[in-house]
Order: sequence, then structure tokens, then C-alpha cells
Amino acid sequence: MRFASHRDIARAVERGVRRAGLPIAYSAGFTPHPKISYAGAAPTGAASEAEYLEISLTRACAVSEVRGRLDAALPDGIDVIEVLQAPPSLGALPLEASLWEVVLPGVSPDDAARAAGEFLACEALEVERLTNKGTRRVDARAAVITMETDRCAATRGDAGNAILRMVVRHVIPAVRPDDILAALRRLAALAPSSPPLVTRLAQGALSAEAVGAATADVGLTLPEPWQPGPQPHGRGTPGGQQLEITRTGGAALAAATRRDVACDQLPRGAEGPLRPSAPGSLTGDSPDARQRATRHRVQR
Amino acid sequence: MGAESVYARLEPLLPLVSKPIQYVGGEVNSVVKDWDATDVRWALMYPDAYEVGIPNQGVQILYEVLNGRDGVLAERTYSVWPDLEHLMREHAVPQFTLEGHRPVRAFDVLGVSFATELGYTNLLTALDLAGIPLSAADRGERDPVVLAGGHAAFNPEPIAEFIDGAVLGDGEQAVLAITELIKGWKRAGRPGGRDGLLTDLATRGGVYVPRFYDVDYLPDGRIRRVAPNRPGVPHTVAKHTVMDLDDWAYPRRPLVPVHESVHERFSVEIFRGCTRGCRFCQAGMITRPVRERSITTIGDMVEQGVAASGFGEVGLLSLSSADHSEINEIAKGLADRYEGANLGLSLPSTRVDAFNVTLANELSRGGRRSGLTFAPEGGTERMRKVINKMVTEDDLIRTVTTAYGSGWRQVKLYFMCGLPTETDEDVVAIADLARKVIKAGREATGRRDIRCTVSIGAFVPKPHTPFQWAAQADHETVDARLRSLGGALRAAPGYGRAVGYRYHDGKPSIVEGLLSRGDRRVSEVIRSAWADGARFDGWSEHFSFERWERCAREALAGEPVDLDWYTTRERDYSEVLPWDHLDAGLDRDWLWQDWQDSIDPSGAREVEDCRWTPCFDCGVCPAMGTEIQTGPTGVTLLPLPTVPARTGG
Repeated sequence: MRFASHRDIARAVERGVRRAGLPIAYSAGFTPHPKISYAGAAPTGAASEAEYLEISLTRACAVSEVRGRLDAALPDGIDVIEVLQAPPSLGALPLEASLWEVVLPGVSPDDAARAAGEFLACEALEVERLTNKGTRRVDARAAVITMETDRCAATRGDAGNAILRMVVRHVIPAVRPDDILAALRRLAALAPSSPPLVTRLAQGALSAEAVGAATADVGLTLPEPWQPGPQPHGRGTPGGQQLEITRTGGAALAAATRRDVACDQLPRGAEGPLRPSAPGSLTGDSPDARQRATRHRVQR
Repeated sequence: MGAESVYARLEPLLPLVSKPIQYVGGEVNSVVKDWDATDVRWALMYPDAYEVGIPNQGVQILYEVLNGRDGVLAERTYSVWPDLEHLMREHAVPQFTLEGHRPVRAFDVLGVSFATELGYTNLLTALDLAGIPLSAADRGERDPVVLAGGHAAFNPEPIAEFIDGAVLGDGEQAVLAITELIKGWKRAGRPGGRDGLLTDLATRGGVYVPRFYDVDYLPDGRIRRVAPNRPGVPHTVAKHTVMDLDDWAYPRRPLVPVHESVHERFSVEIFRGCTRGCRFCQAGMITRPVRERSITTIGDMVEQGVAASGFGEVGLLSLSSADHSEINEIAKGLADRYEGANLGLSLPSTRVDAFNVTLANELSRGGRRSGLTFAPEGGTERMRKVINKMVTEDDLIRTVTTAYGSGWRQVKLYFMCGLPTETDEDVVAIADLARKVIKAGREATGRRDIRCTVSIGAFVPKPHTPFQWAAQADHETVDARLRSLGGALRAAPGYGRAVGYRYHDGKPSIVEGLLSRGDRRVSEVIRSAWADGARFDGWSEHFSFERWERCAREALAGEPVDLDWYTTRERDYSEVLPWDHLDAGLDRDWLWQDWQDSIDPSGAREVEDCRWTPCFDCGVCPAMGTEIQTGPTGVTLLPLPTVPARTGG
């Protein structure tokens, strides 16, 4: 689903909801639309393990049932991780920033670390982006709270690829990972051998310390797990910070991932031999999105 | 030939191309089978962009029919846009299927569905990217058998050089028969090699194999004769006809793409064939006789298809849907069943008939009524008689009055330009008609904000129709008439903003005409246009008339024929047409008589529909051993065996 646009995802969800037979509410008017809304969709080309959407239903349904039916009905590559039934709306979710992971094929971790250092040392870094309405200039540096390289990448079998993780504030106009990569390319001549693979790992609130902090070690803090009940076995993120997701409301909120299809689209139905395991495949070994999401949740 | 996925090599290219999701596959209801557990493997292709190809019914039906069999695997492939084509060449990524991203060359069969001749150059791109030799004669043991199907396959001569075979008519049973022959041939150790298999397909599989027929020409360029060049091969190849559509209720699990497509709906074919007898209409001539799907099967298909796909709209598809003997019951039954379920129902309403409006009203009950489409095709009554479209001006005015009166705000009218015997006046008269339509609408509604859009394109004479002998109008004539019509529409005071005008210019139609009625010599034109860069010829931004004109001139330089000879030349009765050995069931003399009736200087004679008048001997039923199958059955869709969950806010 990395290559699906937000419109594509929205259409797929709408049909998934119909296939799941959920009692979806429709807007009034001449052309009724199902009431589904989204928080800050990931850009086309990026995978995501943390998308949030809100679905209005005409009657109360058990969250476990909604999760199960919707997850089963959605196409491969879109997984429903959690469903919550609670009052306030999607807008009340404190989604102030995203944690992004960027795999840079053919870039050495040292080069990436140096580039990240240079990037963070800058005051501002304007980049141009082509939009439908012409070019637009954004300050790529201002939105970036933290940026660091994954020092364990080499030992995980990602040798030859650098992995960047960065916390990027949601600002208007939006600063996308692509803008930041464009700045890095210009600043430090980072030249991946093939297009970088971008994945959103989490969204959440910025803690006060994070906003005020100047070091790269402090980042996104997501207070309070958003799902009460049995605690997932939490673990710090590889970068060392702890992430939490705020509990919040909505008629029915779903956290969904749009994973890169490559990790399960290819072998679908055909076992083993087709799974991409060549060294060039960056996504074949990625862990299951559900485990990955769980990893970002914190033990309280 | 390995069938390993090429996705690892394709994926790094995808961020560099437009709309990459179309190359990823993973559609809901797509099927991935274990390669090694199957004996016969089909790659099905629709030779156009994914967004156009994915809703295609033909491919979806065959995909499900084939994958429904044990030991048979079918995957799909579509044309890649030039941006990805260039990258695939650069990185040596072959044409791939969407299910397993397997190389097309690894399959036993490449089946290509041609709804239009403008997909021919895209076939060459796919063959070339797949590493399959363009000329069928150069293919070896390791190459798939390339089969053409779809309406354009009724004259596959222009692509005879590039295909191994063509299948005429309904594919459901034909693909299974072909599959059995391939399975037997493989199990027996491939006796006779590739030639042995093609002989089997030609002699026992109902497949037209062009290489088994020799074509001789007269000095003036016309065909002298077409004859089989080996024993056992039939002199004429007949089309396939599925007689009971209830036995073949496909698609059951429609493919649901993530990428946006041109038809965002689940289509149910409610009958096949049409005997209205419009003389320009190839589809109506080659799909005879009419075979209706029963009301209960239609109801079940809608129910299951919507549940399996999640589509919010259902289209009731056929060549003239209002003609189903129980269309009233179907429309009412479905509207009742899905009342309040937010399921859109639509009918491609093309006949000018007030009854169509009643149906559309029923289907859009409580919903929005935006636009209705009708196809009078000809601007004057004389013209409509020539094409046997029996619609009077009164019919049209009555119909649009009903439409506007029932709340429809916009009416779209389809016309053709360049029909046989047409004059400038016949086309300019469309402007008068549009004014009368608006006037009637304003009177019916008392409002001025209603609209009428005139949509017009150039007529292309097609094989197996009464107009197969006709001269196609040259593009200068067509374009001049379209300009006059545009001027006349704009010149009407008080109507200017109420009338919209859309037209397709005449040049692409000339190329379509060349590819429709061409013979084997046109293969070289196609090859040279493709080599010169022709791709996606159905898309105006990719089409170049200059290129086709130049390539036709060069490729046909040594022949006594040229582009005009194929298009704007009228043929006579005695001429051997390139498709005369391909049998759509239609009696050639009946077609000729119908052609003569249409151009009779004392006025065209009309032909009725054999569903409600006696048989007029078009020849199909006796030749094909078929008969008309229509209702009514008297069954209704309510009460229901199961009541779907009612939703709604």
C-alpha cells in the first residue's frame, strides 16, 4: 500500500466497511457518503504503521467485532490494529508529530550520521517542492525535532543501507519526509542507489521537554497508551525514547497500518519460494506490522 | 523458463513512475495459485492502461472461469505506461503479471482481449517487453501461445503476423476447451512441438490460426482467395456461443482495485446479444442471438457480487438493457431490495424510449438525478432510417420531456458523423434537435437551468455489419461537418449555455478504420508505427495521425494499396473481404441486402427486431445452432430468501 494515494486508501476502506457489513452511517443529502474521516494521511509513496481514522456507526458494536471484521475485509496491506469506542472526535487526538523511518539504499551509516549532524546544525533549510499550484518553498529544518541514524542497522542484516529515524512536527504547510530528504541530498550530497523507503512508525503528541530540548536524543513522547486493558509487552524504540499513544475518543476509532505491500503481497497464496529474500529487497524481512506497533507501546 | 517473481527488481522503479499502485496487484478477489501445482497457465491481458482494463468484463469472467478449475492458473497483465516501459527496458524487467509478478513469457498462453483495434500497438509493446518474438513465425517451444479474443478478433487479419490464434465469440467454454487441448498436449510430451499444438487448436479447439491459411491477392490489390494450407483445417472458422448464461453466472467475485478505475461499479450482464439491427453496430451483429440471463440469476449475482466486492454501485449491463423481457421486474425488484442501503443502481440507457426514463426513475428512487444518456445516432429522420435506428423526432422529444419532467437536469445525446449517404445538412440538423430538446425541457420544468450535451464522433465501418462495404468518410469531411455543427450550436440565441458540445475529430477514426477493415498487409504498418513509437493509440495525448499516415505510406510502398484504399473506398459485392472466412453466423447475402436497403435512393427500408416480429433470416440461428432466449419467467425478486442487513443513517 506504500504506493497507494490517500484517495485510494479511502476508497479501499469504504469498500472494506461495506464488505465487513458494518452498520456505517451515511451523511445526509443528495449524495450520501459514508461517514469516515482521517487524520493526517501519509503521503503517496510512504508506508505507515500508524494511521488513524474514525468511522461513525448507526448502532453500538463491540470493538473487537469491528476490528476483526474490518481487518478481515480490508485488502492485504491494510491492517486494523486497534479499535476504540469513545466520545471525543478524531480531531481531539493530539497528533502533533510523526516518527518516520527512512531506509537509504546504498548509503553508509557513517555518511548518513554525518548528514544528519549537518542537517541538525543548520538554522533553517528551505527546499522547493512542485505542487499542482506551482513550486512551494518550505523550511525542512524547522519541522524536524530529532534525527538520528539506526546504529544497529548493520547487525540487523541491513548492511549497505543507512536507516534514519526522525521526529517531524506536523506543520502547515506540511513538511514531508521527501522535503527533508531533498534537503539532505542538497546539504550532504546523500545519494541513495535507489529510491529511499519511507515508513511512518508512529504519530503522537510532543512532550514539553521534547519541544524545548535541543539534543537529538529527546523526541516524540506519546503519553498514556491509547488502549486500556491488558498491557502489551512494551519495549523502548530502537532510538531509546519511549513512545505512548494517547487514549482518546471518537465514535469508533481505528488505528490502521498501510504497510508496504511487498512484505505480504508477493507471497500471498503461494508459500515460501516467492518471498523476496534477495539482498536487494528491503522490505521482505520487515516484522509484522502488528508486532511493530506493539513495540512502540509502553508498559505502564 | 523460470516463473520467479520480478517484484524485487520492479519495486525500486515504482517510486519513479506515475500512479505506481496500478503495478502492485493485490486487488480484493484476485487469486494467486501455486505455480507448480498447475498444468496449464494463462496470462490474460487487456491491452490498455490498468485503469481502463481492470473493469473489463471479458477478462474478469475468463479469469474466474479459469481459476475455478483445478490445475489451471490465470494471472492478469495490463499495458504499462511509457514511463515504466522505459525503466523496464533500462533495468531488464520483463512484462509481468499482477498476481505473482511473474514474467509473461513463462506462461503457456497469453490471451489478449481486444475491445478496440487501437490496442494493437500495445500488444507489440507487451510482447517485446516479455521477450516474446513479435512475429508468431519466430516463436519457439518456450514462448506462450498468443491468442486474441474480444470483438476486434472478428477480423484479426491486421495482427495475423503477431498472434498465433484468434478466438471468435464467447470465451467461457472456449478457454476451457483450449485448456484441455494444451493439457493433453503437454502430458503427451508435446507431440509435434508448437506446430502440433497449433494444429490441435485449429482442428479441434475452434481456434483460428492465421498461419494455416494462405491469402492470395489480385493485381489490383484486392484479395483473390483465402484458403487453408494444410489438411484438417476448416475453410471457415465459426464463432463460439454460450447458450445458457445462467450456467455461466460470472463474475461472482469481481476484482476490486485499490487504484481508481474508469468504472467504479459492479457490472452484471443481464443479457448478451442484440437484434435491434442498427446497421453500424458490430457488437449487435456479432453477438446474436439474444440470450437473457434470468431475473433470479441476476438478483443472486447482484447480491453476491456486492457482498464480495463492497462496490457502492451496480450497473445492469448489456447492449440495450431496457430490452430485457423482465427489465421492469428487475428494476423494481432491485430498487425494493436495496431501498435505504445506499447502493446505486444504473442502466446504460442508450435507446431513445420514454420507457427508459421510467426505468431510470425506478433505479434512482430517492437518489440524485443528474444526467441521462440517449443515442439517436443520426441528426435527421432520413439518417436514422439509413442506420436502422427507428426513432422519430417525436419519440425523442417525448422521451426528453419525460426525463426533464421527472427531475433529470441533464440529457446527453450521442451522434455519429460520416455515416453512409450523410450530407452536411444531416449533421447541422443536430443543432435544431438540441434546441427542440432544450425547449421541450424548459416547457416541462418551467426552469432554465436544464442542459443538453451533444456528443459526436466519427463513424467507422466495421466487419460483419451491413456497412462493412461502405466508404468511410475522410477526416477532412468529418472535421468540416463537426465545425459546422459547433458553429450552429453556438449561433442559437438563448440556447448557447444550455447546450454542451463534445466531439472526437476524424483523424483517429481513419486509423481505427484501417485497423478494423485491414488485411494481413496492415501488419507491417502496425509494426512500423509501433517501432516509430506508437503506444496507447486510444489516448489522444499519445496518438499521432502524422506517424500512422507516414508509416502506412512507407510500409505499403510496394503494394497497390494505401491508407485511403483501406478506409474511404467502397467495396462491392464480389470483393473477397479479409474476414469472409471468419463466420459470425450472419448470412453474407442478408448483410448485402441490408446494406442495399439502407442506401436505396428511394429511401432506406427498415428492419424490425426479431424478438417481437418474425425472423428476418440474418442467418445466425441456423448457422450456429442457436436460438433466441428470452423471458418472461414470471419470477419476482421479492419476497427474498434472505434479507440483507439494512443500513442507513
